[in-house]
Amino acid sequence: MLQANALAAERGGQRLFSDVSFSLKDGDLLHLSGSNGSGKTTLLRMLCGLTLPVNGDISWQQKNIESNRDAFNADLLYIGHRHGMHSDLNALENLQLSTQQLSNSTMVFSALEEVGLSHHLNKPLRLLSQGQQRRVALARLLLESRKLWILDEPLAALDVDAVEWFSQRLAKHLENGGMAIVTTHQEASFISHVSINVVLGS
Amino acid sequence: MTHNLGLLASWQRVLKRELLLAYRQRNDILTPLIFFIIVISLFPLGVGPEPEILRTIAPGVIWVAALLATLLSLARLFNNELHDGTLEQLLLTPQPASVLVFAKIVSHWLTTGLPLVLISPLLALSLDMSSTALIYTMLTLLLGTPILSLIGAIGAALTLGLRGGGVLLALLILPLYIPVLIFSTGAIIAASNGFSAEGHLSLIGAYLIITLIFAPWVTSYALRVSLD
Repeated sequence: MLQANALAAERGGQRLFSDVSFSLKDGDLLHLSGSNGSGKTTLLRMLCGLTLPVNGDISWQQKNIESNRDAFNADLLYIGHRHGMHSDLNALENLQLSTQQLSNSTMVFSALEEVGLSHHLNKPLRLLSQGQQRRVALARLLLESRKLWILDEPLAALDVDAVEWFSQRLAKHLENGGMAIVTTHQEASFISHVSINVVLGS
Repeated sequence: MTHNLGLLASWQRVLKRELLLAYRQRNDILTPLIFFIIVISLFPLGVGPEPEILRTIAPGVIWVAALLATLLSLARLFNNELHDGTLEQLLLTPQPASVLVFAKIVSHWLTTGLPLVLISPLLALSLDMSSTALIYTMLTLLLGTPILSLIGAIGAALTLGLRGGGVLLALLILPLYIPVLIFSTGAIIAASNGFSAEGHLSLIGAYLIITLIFAPWVTSYALRVSLD
């Protein structure tokens, strides 16, 4: 269970949001929305432990994430609006040499096939389009079995097919008792699974 | 289907990835080395071909050039990783970040410090160094350049993403580089004058051990602060 208690954030001396509280249980999907600049990315980074809250605390399985960082990280999969992939390495190398998981080339290959990138294995990522790079990043969802997904605009630059694939993958994750926190401005079928809505800047 | 990696396996994986990246970006990697060669080769031209003078200034020239070449290479240590988001991922691994940061530092030394050590005998000859001085130049560079990478990583992490970070970086770490400069040139001069250089070398060794213990840890902490 992920619990956020009275979270507040500041950027450049200005209060972005305050008093954000929620608790996320197995199979829950939290949809985070709000206008540009309302602090969605800041809140997501805070939930990952990358940004410290000005006020409030976050706990994972009843333990504060700050003091149990390694255990929390073992359950967390975060994909930010920056892909977290090296642009000079190709898709295969990026996923195989990822610090996060151990996966053999067959697994990586089939994951890339599922996201529709098996034809671009040997191109460095900087030669792929934004949408294709995002697909490589999302292939991590298939390779790493983590309980909690925190995804910042996962659908940005994705085409209709990829959005549909993502929605199905997310639904499966929730069925298996996983949790997810997602921001998006796009229409997608996974919205029907949302169990908690958090709106910032209201 | 998947499981988390052990600490050693993660360490090796980061090192492998860093070396592969270095190979892909080899033009960037060669810059410090070429800078090192150019600076040292210019001295005989500027000072004049007096073997006596060249021999006297050689230890200082080589070491100052090594310091500046390392400084030149530090900007790329974390910058690309900051912009593509891989640095965030590094801090979110279940393994202690300091261990993975250490792999990055080792890779930095292998691609920046080690080439300086290997090319130094050639440059030492161009400055008319004696064979004893040449051996001690290599030895001090071998012990000293890892310290430059380790301390440099702290500075690079602290100034990450700052505007005008380059100047700040130099001001921050050059004072910490000065002991390495003093003891290394001291060792070369002592040895070439027929004295024992053991004292100087021991001090460099002690400095290396201290930085090996503390620098990865301080760097990972600085990265957390810089990414906040």
